[in-house]
Amino acid sequence: MTDASPFNQLLPVGSKGKLSGGWWGILALIVTEGSLFGYLLFAYFYLAAQTEQQWPPEGLPVLLMPAVNTAILLASSACVWISEHCIRRRQIYWSIAAMILAIALGICFVMIQLTEWDRKTYDMTSSLYGSLYFTITGFHLCHVIIGLVVLLLLLIWMALGYFDDRRYAAVTIGGVYWHFVDVVWLFVFTTLYIFPYL
Amino acid sequence: MSTVTFRTSGLIALATVSTATMASTTDAPLNYFLHSYGPAAKPTMHLGWLLAGLSVAVCLIIALLLLAAVLRKRPLADPRSIGREGEGLRWIYIGTGISTCVLFGLVIYSLMVLNEVAKPPQAPAVILTVTGYDWWWKIEYEHDDPAHRFITANELHIPVGQPVLIKLKSADVIHAFWVPTLAGKTQMIPGLTNQQWIQADVPGIYTGQCAQYCGAGHAHMGLEVIAESAQDFEKWQNAQRRTAPLTFMSNEDPGHKLFMDRCAGCHTIRGTSAAGDHAPDLTHLNSRRWLAAGLLTNTPDHLMKWVINAQRLKPGSRMPSIALSESETTELALFLSTLN
Amino acid sequence: MAISDMTHNPPDDRLNRVPDFGRAPMGSGTEAHLAHIWESLPGWRGWFSTVDHKTIGLRYIVTAFIFLLMGGIEALIMRIQLAGSNHALLTPEQYSQLFTMHGVTMIFLYALPILSGFSNYLWPLLLGSRDMAFPRLNALSYWIFLFAGIFMYASFPLGQAPNAGWFNYVPFSGPIYNTGPNIDVFALGMVLLGISTTVGSVNFVVTLFRMRAPGMTINRVPILVWGTLTASVANLLAIPAVSLAFFLLWLDRQIGTHFFDVANGGKPLLWQHLFWIFGHPWVYAIVLPAMGIVSDALPTFCRRPLVGYAAMALATIATMLVGFEVWIHHMFATGLPTVALSIFGAASMVISIPSSVAVFAWIATIWLGKPVFKTPFLFFAGFVMLFVIGGLSGVMTAAVSLDWQLNETYFIVAHLHYVLIGINVFPVVGGIYYWFPKFTGRMMDEKMGKWSFWVMFIGFNIGFFPMHVAGLLGMPRRIYTYSSRMGWDTVNMIISIGSFIFAVGILIFLVNVALSLKRGARVGANPWDAATLEWSVSSPPPAYNFAAIPIIASRHPLWEDRLDEDTGRSSLTEGYLLTQGRETIGTSPIDAKPVTILKMPEDSSTPFFVGLFVSLMFVGLLLHWWNFAGIMAAAGCIALIIWMWPQKALAQRVPSAAHSHGEAHD
Repeated sequence: MTDASPFNQLLPVGSKGKLSGGWWGILALIVTEGSLFGYLLFAYFYLAAQTEQQWPPEGLPVLLMPAVNTAILLASSACVWISEHCIRRRQIYWSIAAMILAIALGICFVMIQLTEWDRKTYDMTSSLYGSLYFTITGFHLCHVIIGLVVLLLLLIWMALGYFDDRRYAAVTIGGVYWHFVDVVWLFVFTTLYIFPYL
Repeated sequence: MSTVTFRTSGLIALATVSTATMASTTDAPLNYFLHSYGPAAKPTMHLGWLLAGLSVAVCLIIALLLLAAVLRKRPLADPRSIGREGEGLRWIYIGTGISTCVLFGLVIYSLMVLNEVAKPPQAPAVILTVTGYDWWWKIEYEHDDPAHRFITANELHIPVGQPVLIKLKSADVIHAFWVPTLAGKTQMIPGLTNQQWIQADVPGIYTGQCAQYCGAGHAHMGLEVIAESAQDFEKWQNAQRRTAPLTFMSNEDPGHKLFMDRCAGCHTIRGTSAAGDHAPDLTHLNSRRWLAAGLLTNTPDHLMKWVINAQRLKPGSRMPSIALSESETTELALFLSTLN
Repeated sequence: MAISDMTHNPPDDRLNRVPDFGRAPMGSGTEAHLAHIWESLPGWRGWFSTVDHKTIGLRYIVTAFIFLLMGGIEALIMRIQLAGSNHALLTPEQYSQLFTMHGVTMIFLYALPILSGFSNYLWPLLLGSRDMAFPRLNALSYWIFLFAGIFMYASFPLGQAPNAGWFNYVPFSGPIYNTGPNIDVFALGMVLLGISTTVGSVNFVVTLFRMRAPGMTINRVPILVWGTLTASVANLLAIPAVSLAFFLLWLDRQIGTHFFDVANGGKPLLWQHLFWIFGHPWVYAIVLPAMGIVSDALPTFCRRPLVGYAAMALATIATMLVGFEVWIHHMFATGLPTVALSIFGAASMVISIPSSVAVFAWIATIWLGKPVFKTPFLFFAGFVMLFVIGGLSGVMTAAVSLDWQLNETYFIVAHLHYVLIGINVFPVVGGIYYWFPKFTGRMMDEKMGKWSFWVMFIGFNIGFFPMHVAGLLGMPRRIYTYSSRMGWDTVNMIISIGSFIFAVGILIFLVNVALSLKRGARVGANPWDAATLEWSVSSPPPAYNFAAIPIIASRHPLWEDRLDEDTGRSSLTEGYLLTQGRETIGTSPIDAKPVTILKMPEDSSTPFFVGLFVSLMFVGLLLHWWNFAGIMAAAGCIALIIWMWPQKALAQRVPSAAHSHGEAHD
């Protein structure tokens, strides 16, 4: 290897965007978490297909609040996307504002979801449907809360001036996790709220 | 073969311990590889022979190839030289090609066999339900007339030469119904009714065994299928339908009283007030060949040994060891001896 | 991208730089600097905080091997009980705990972890990298594995070990029929172990795609890497199924949900589906890397490259793809419709086609090579035979109606031991003989090695081949005793004798390891004259692996001068030096072009603490110490946040202004 010239190029150092290990790691994590929700919904359909019980126990689910909540979560996802976009354009204050909005919307989702839980006349132990409903939405809510912690950390790190257009891999990585949590909700929503109508 | 299976008990098998493994197979009552006695098992046995033969042949071929590859003489060469990478693909093409053809043949043959044994060739003559319990089998014979239905345990009678449909249920955990010389096994899953058919072409006694781990008594969860002529089967059914012949036993009989106090909570004797349904129906206890799901031969001696030492003989069994005084033992034994 | 950055910000060598290219021979200043950067602290602090993949790999191997020995002792006790009819050494409950722990230990605590150990140790060395993609995650994976193993064994001395078989069917394992803590230990332990396996798999996948030396294109990676990669991808997809199943079971048992509760509409078969959707891919996950060990090491002793590299790589992947479509063959006897059985039965036969590719590739490699009869060769050649036997008995069980007979008998026990011991233990022991000089710098004793092989091989076949016969004689598995009238006495006595002979073989191997550690002949970098990259570094390898990250030009970097192929020449001594802290090169996924300089983390004890807190949280869940579990969860989260906090040293955040041109938004 006397001719080293092909190896003479300028290379980025450390965690740069999608070149970072973390980006690949989060994709792998999303694959495995996606499978987890896949199996959870498989369990739902497997049991629903064979049940002889009233399904869901309260009759067809009311769609309004869950639909609004879905919109809220998607809006939150959009905010995270905007936040990342702003960092790339070096508009750090806009980025922080968008992130705050994203977190606020996420918290709204959690609150509405908790009131939804509260409105149910059954719990995890009262019927098979109850077990499924609370386990599936519980798993998702856990992910939302973890996602919110991640967003909060990103916000703190942004406020501390850790990121600019040169290094912001954490925002990309945390952001895609949040998008994943939101996409999973679409599947959960379809399964629990739309599917009984079909 | 019927002489083999008709032996009164299995004690003879012991004699062959010292002989070679394959020779003793004739004495293994669950040996499905060499013995099958009905259309639900025979095609599978033949499939087994083909697959086993083929497997042995392939093993030998590969062993020879491997030995030849290891030991074959090679021209002397520079010890530092390295073989070329591109060579040898023909081995893979030819080897995999042949394997693939054989495998596709096997797929087709095995599917044909599956099709053959999946359903009986004609409508079943008898329908019955076997329910797995920890650790015994409840057997219910169906009939259009409810008065003709009856329940027994651990010993299943079928008419020879006719398909019998068995519905399989479980009262507790998963068991598997398996009478290997008549058919493959099917799980008995709580909340689900599975089906299985068997047919015995030769009169005889066929041993079965639970084949899904179900707890402490799993090793002692045997059953027997007795295939007999249509007349014998009819006679047996009629006998089983009768309630217990207890006419000469008054309710004041001490053995009777003892049974009602200590046993009737779990066991049923039709025609008496004993109506427990957690344990085998004892109405015709003495018509059965075995006690405790294949654990002991059914002799008066064994019976009382079992009653008193159930936990020692079958650890974990739902049947408690019953503490009885000597006189109580005699009284209970006398009472039980009437359950013909 | 890099160019546009530079128009905004003048070059900042903390964010972009041209890596140094050159040599760093042993003893040079650069080499000493690298050693200083990469070596772990001495003493207990270094012991807890090291993230060196070599240390972690060896820990995996040693720990998993200890589990193998424990599982082996359990097996021997069972073999004494079964040696003749009506033995009463064990009660049914003791026997059930023994066979369950034997299965759990061998399948979950030995079989995959030992292969993870090999892969952890070898991957960066095979790929020409200085560490795995996530060194700290690697440490976490090990610690959780260790804690999960201890967790699952903790209840054994109390007589409360898992007791429902390793596949743990409900409702027997449910709250009604299994009231003790036995199954909760198993359920929580499996969820915990699942975390370890998952993070380990993430690490392997990312390492493959990011960490290969420049020039090591995807068609130049060793087969072991293909095996572990395939297994890891499968784990990512399959582990959630079993973790979920065990978690739902735990909810059923402790919270009162109804997933498997028949009385309230739950379905026992849901358990079987979830378990085997995981279980079958898992079976391949614990053999494919072992097959990779053989595919990589056998050629060394045949003095030629593996025949059919591409076919072997594709066969590995094909096996796993089909492996996801065959789980029903564990459920043939559950009363599913015949059509479904036909399809899954056919798929289960077809899956042996890629296996036949592998068999003929190995045989051709031996045939066309010039075998050198060293101990590892014996293990690998013996493995080929056992692989074939295990594969053929697998084909027999794929025939649905025959499986209705074979299933749950000793025939299956024979099959799975031929698969797991034949395809996992034999390559593993052969692999230890092969890489021992690399691990320790010393050779293992050859004479004792050959003895250990022959005793193991003969003992194994005496111990396990007759199990096929026992199965055909109708002996069901998991019975703690049997009556003499069943005709199983002779065959069981032979099996028991064989199992003890096999154990003696393992013992000889262990003695060999112990003696060779002290007295083995010292070796140089490449005692076997092997072809792959790990043999280009000293034995044992330095902490930084490669002083200069090599540039790879072929599959056989150390044989290039002797292979008359017009591949280029790899550059093994001259390459990227990367000496500004712990660094290695990141390359593109397919063609391995350098794209980034990766900053690697320093040693850290956070993985140990995250693992400890998570494990203690599971202890809390087991004992219903809810507050304790909550505190541990919080502590784990805090440790994780500390771990993830962006560091300047890793260039995860922008460097301070002094050196660059100020913050971007100012």
